[in-house]
Amino acid sequence: MTQIVSDFGFSPLDKVINYEFYDKASKTTKAIDLPSDADLKLFAGDLNQLKIIRIDFPSFADGRGFTLAKLVRIRGFKGHLRAKGHIISDQYAMARRSGFDDVEISQDLADRQPETEWLFRSNWKKHYYQSRLGFNKY
Amino acid sequence: MYNYTEFDDAFIKARNSQFRNQVKRRINGNLTEDEFKPLRLMNGLYLQLHAYMLRVAIPYGTLDSAQMEKLALIADRWDKGYGHFTTRQNVQFNWPKLTDVPDILDALAEVKMHAIQTSGNTIRNVTADHFSGAAADEVTDPRPYAELIRQWSTDHPEFQFLPRKFKVAVTGSKNDRAVIRAHDIGLRALLRNGKIGFEVIIGGGLGRSPMIGKVINTFLPEADLLPYLEAVVSVWNTLGRRDNKYKARIKITVHEHGVEKIKQLVEDRYNEILSTFSGVNHELLEEIKSAFAPPVFKSKGTKYFDIAYKENAAFRSWVDTNTHTHKISNYSIATVSLKAHGKTPGDATSDQMRQIANIARHYSHDQIRISHEQNIILPHVHKSDLPKVYNLLKSKQLNTANIGLISDIIACPGMDYCALATARSIPIAQEISMRFDELKLEHEVGHIQIKISGCINACGHHHVGHIGILGLDRAGVENYQITLGGDATETARIGDRAGPGFSATQIVPAIERVILTYLKVRLNKHENFIHTYQRLGIAPFKQALYPKESQSPKIQKKTYAA
Amino acid sequence: MSKDLSGNVITANNLLDGTVVYMSSQFKWVLDINNAKVFSNDTSIEKALIHANKQQHEVVGVYSIRVDQTDAGIKSKHFREQFRVKGPSNYNHGKQSEVL
Repeated sequence: MTQIVSDFGFSPLDKVINYEFYDKASKTTKAIDLPSDADLKLFAGDLNQLKIIRIDFPSFADGRGFTLAKLVRIRGFKGHLRAKGHIISDQYAMARRSGFDDVEISQDLADRQPETEWLFRSNWKKHYYQSRLGFNKY
Repeated sequence: MYNYTEFDDAFIKARNSQFRNQVKRRINGNLTEDEFKPLRLMNGLYLQLHAYMLRVAIPYGTLDSAQMEKLALIADRWDKGYGHFTTRQNVQFNWPKLTDVPDILDALAEVKMHAIQTSGNTIRNVTADHFSGAAADEVTDPRPYAELIRQWSTDHPEFQFLPRKFKVAVTGSKNDRAVIRAHDIGLRALLRNGKIGFEVIIGGGLGRSPMIGKVINTFLPEADLLPYLEAVVSVWNTLGRRDNKYKARIKITVHEHGVEKIKQLVEDRYNEILSTFSGVNHELLEEIKSAFAPPVFKSKGTKYFDIAYKENAAFRSWVDTNTHTHKISNYSIATVSLKAHGKTPGDATSDQMRQIANIARHYSHDQIRISHEQNIILPHVHKSDLPKVYNLLKSKQLNTANIGLISDIIACPGMDYCALATARSIPIAQEISMRFDELKLEHEVGHIQIKISGCINACGHHHVGHIGILGLDRAGVENYQITLGGDATETARIGDRAGPGFSATQIVPAIERVILTYLKVRLNKHENFIHTYQRLGIAPFKQALYPKESQSPKIQKKTYAA
Repeated sequence: MSKDLSGNVITANNLLDGTVVYMSSQFKWVLDINNAKVFSNDTSIEKALIHANKQQHEVVGVYSIRVDQTDAGIKSKHFREQFRVKGPSNYNHGKQSEVL
């Protein structure tokens, strides 16, 4: 069962969301998938038409998703931003600070990265150097 | 120097607690090695040839006596009684046990030290001119900015999983002692109409494809420093190659896309970031700057110095090679050589560390610096204290008078320690050093920089050595290639490859031939090796290195500084 | 007919303290290369490597190396691995200073 990780821990993903791949989106698309190497110029719509953007992490070592998330937020996206894929609990604070609202992981990953370990990193507002230095609106 | 606030202390405490937990999860199997590896790298823990290696950060190469004493304690308690100072102003311990590392990190935290981001695909230790705050040729002390950049880059949410490592160096002087032109970002502080700004150089780097950095901004105002850096790293995080780790550094990205294109992308991103940047908290910035205020210098005569200088030849020799003019008259910048003939370059025993701490506390306003040349600097020594300092150094074999001479060699750990190495570098450094000591030619030769790397990653900076030596594996045997005419200063230049490599037994005689040729063809003893090379080119040296080959005139491709 | 005395050995570092270790028969990890299991050149080492890689609770950095079996014992073909058997050349540290 896919798990959604938030500041409060795990909750199983029970809603089915139909994501459109970003470069195939139309004016009525509400949910898009962004790959880690997305070029936002290929998204034909307006960011704020979207309810949810999901950004892929093919490997936890691929940090482009964090830059993409930041970019999307800087450009004014106010909707829901979700990270999906191979993300480990130690990256939770990074994800939240980059603008993600939550993280979607497989049950497999959830088994090896139990809820307690994600909650261990959920105080992401503390010890936050960049916010203290003036980078506090994404 | 910067005093850690409660914020910094709390940060390190939380970070150490996270790492302790990560080690536990690795040992109990909740983290695979693939998952644990980037996490341990983010905390400076490498796996090397014979053991783990912990790289402790020494931010911009600055530390005080309490911190140096703690390093000595760590060496004694959890390692083998010594530490190695590196070409990025850090210190390495070669024998820690994984299970001890959380305790070592806690011990470091007691003196506000850590190993955060000294490894991994992160922004690494920001290095700085080792004479910062002391040299007369400075426009401003660059270290407050290095501290600002350190805080900005620490645990930066966007930049923990970059395509590769990212290195920043800063200087406040036109005379570049921080090798800024061979860094991913190099910053030179400037003064224009009474305001501080920065020349920004990007895409420098050594290693497989050495390149001198390119200027993308001739004057970046102080207030724009962080958002601009954020733009550079963001652009690179997006564009930097992830398919080939040998082509991932920003120097390749600049090379592949062109500097003008990258500059434009950076400007565009910078403008977007500005809209979300509220400016560095003014109080915070002032707090940082005031922490780097100069010490209260003493005002004394130099009688003891004058007498000792006149009467003690050994002391005089040491002063002539190892001290540098300080901006305050009657003060001196003293360099402690960690290059005693036949010793491992950059290593200090715990005993030696404690002595240096002791000297710094009493005679250098409690300040110590580590230079990228793997020596230790006492930045603020009153001349009248130099004789005492010299004797204290001498009692621990720290008085070698060879700074800037041929035995002041930079050498990476090489295959004696490093899992990446293709050959050993330490024995070569030792042999060259002992050879020229034996020949009694060091002072005759004068200023020359030999740099040795044990593999193509160039941690020994061989590309920018006047003489560079690169150790490779040729058909299962150690083989050493020579480069000539490199330059690590503001006239930065990548050295020219001399020709086929030499075996471990032939390399030192080869270096000897180069040096003897220099002594023969130089204009006079005031013309340093590098100037002779610039005047005559590689030909005479190539001839000396490969005497049996016929020399056909070759067009030498020279790389010039941006 | 001369016997081919070369072969392969599996090596790694001990997880907890980083010491160089070698895999013996029965998939145990030993300190002395002379007690390592030599896979002859025509024996597949792949299965053993897969198994060794699974021993993540004991070791890290598993790989195979080429060796010769000599009168003086098992000797690595490559100089890098010869250094790993002994330790660094600048100090009497590492395995050369320990009694195995």
